[in-house]
Amino acid sequence: MRAFDYVRAADPRQALAAAARPDRVARYLAGGTTLIDLMKLDVEGPARLVDVNALATRFGAVEATPKGLRLGALARMSEAEAHPEVRRDYPLIADSLRLAASPQLRNMASLGGNVLQRTRCAYFRDVSFAACNKRDPGSGCAALEGVNRRHAVLGVSEACIATYPGDLGQALTALDAEVEILGPAGPRMMAFEGLHRAPAATPHIETALAPGELITGFFVPAGPWTRRSLYLKVRDRASFDFALAAAAVALDLEDGVVRQARIALGGVATRPWRSRVAEARLAGRRLDQASAGAAAEAAFAGAVTHGGNDYKPELGRRTLVRALMAAQAMEV
Amino acid sequence: MSNDGEQAPRGPSRRGVLGGGTGTAVLPPVYPGAARAEAPLPAGPDLALNVNGEARRLALDPRTTLIDALREHLGLTGAKKGCDHGQCGACTVLADGRRILACLTLAAAAQGRAITTIEGLAGPGAALHPMQAAFIEADAFQCGYCTPGQILSAVALVNEGHAGSADEIREHMSGNLCRCAAYPHIVAAIMSAAPAMARG
Repeated sequence: MRAFDYVRAADPRQALAAAARPDRVARYLAGGTTLIDLMKLDVEGPARLVDVNALATRFGAVEATPKGLRLGALARMSEAEAHPEVRRDYPLIADSLRLAASPQLRNMASLGGNVLQRTRCAYFRDVSFAACNKRDPGSGCAALEGVNRRHAVLGVSEACIATYPGDLGQALTALDAEVEILGPAGPRMMAFEGLHRAPAATPHIETALAPGELITGFFVPAGPWTRRSLYLKVRDRASFDFALAAAAVALDLEDGVVRQARIALGGVATRPWRSRVAEARLAGRRLDQASAGAAAEAAFAGAVTHGGNDYKPELGRRTLVRALMAAQAMEV
Repeated sequence: MSNDGEQAPRGPSRRGVLGGGTGTAVLPPVYPGAARAEAPLPAGPDLALNVNGEARRLALDPRTTLIDALREHLGLTGAKKGCDHGQCGACTVLADGRRILACLTLAAAAQGRAITTIEGLAGPGAALHPMQAAFIEADAFQCGYCTPGQILSAVALVNEGHAGSADEIREHMSGNLCRCAAYPHIVAAIMSAAPAMARG
């Protein structure tokens, strides 16, 4: 691990000031489950760590109100998952947390850090591979011709096919969440859907966050679709694994007809992937195997595969159909 | 064995520490390579850790993880360094009663939290914790390397209320790998210890 200096911030002002030094690349440290791992692998080498865990007193609460759900960025995954109103009114969020990682990691990882988790692409994580545009811009992409069974098929580019590894991100984008950000210029909010960037020609730029900005929370608006919602995750092993394909769905149904569907896909895309084309196929239609299948076809119409992941569009379509039918069957 | 006398000043042997069992022995921080320092150790302030109810002060490289602080600097070798990347659970310890991974926790970031390792679960000289006794009774290990992490994870699992069924236990023990595959006996041990823990 490269040398760094460690700063504990007691409040938001100290955190921003400590991260703002232009001569030192700084990273905020919360649970550390991604960052410390990548520092050991020499993929990350910040000159300064700004420990923001003390800010949990300000940004650590989970609160449900009639208007929606506020998730503090420093709430731990396990705390949000265990919250009774999250489980009852936002089962998609509770599912996405419960099905992620291991109990130890869920006790450590903050929600803000979780959505910024970096890809598990083996060519990114192993610095002995020279070609990785995400790690070393312009160096190429070893995954295009390499072992790419777990790689993305949606939102890919010739520069990068690394899969977004998280689960909560799909839930938040499907539910039209907003992300609360604190930066040197003050607080701002943006649509969660705009937080992550597709790789295009610059896969090393993963989010819309400016240097020094800190995620402080998320707001998920209430709606008639949040209770009929779920996250279906398909993996190689039954627990503690990343998604090969996953579907986040939330439905507002009336007599079996879809008033609104909200759909996001995981394990198959380079960022949390909202599928508005699939949603449009379902709006106003009776939800059944045929209409769900048509929506799934639309969702993967633009899929690009690279050999090892040729199976993913079909797996992703079946995952989405199964998720939609299971959400329809929920008793709410 | 003629080197024994020369080695003795370096501190307790690995065998001696392991044989001592309860972990009350304290190794002085005599191994200069332990922090893997590529740069000189910074002369920053000491760290204050609370481990098994004792306040401990250490001067450590900021890069030192909690697992290395426990094992290399406090002589608490119960928690094991397995994968060192958060994938195996051998380093599981409790922080304020919650199970965490000591390999992905910086020692500096563990300040202010009450850390419990396997050595502190029952306390020196006390009877075994019900989960420790159940692991022995159910023969829930072979090589034993993962066992301290399994036991601390299992204690937390019961306290979290996840010991309702064998399936639930398996799901909530998924962060602790056992390459000897003692899983069926581990599940049996947890099922038998849960009522004993409830009785206190």
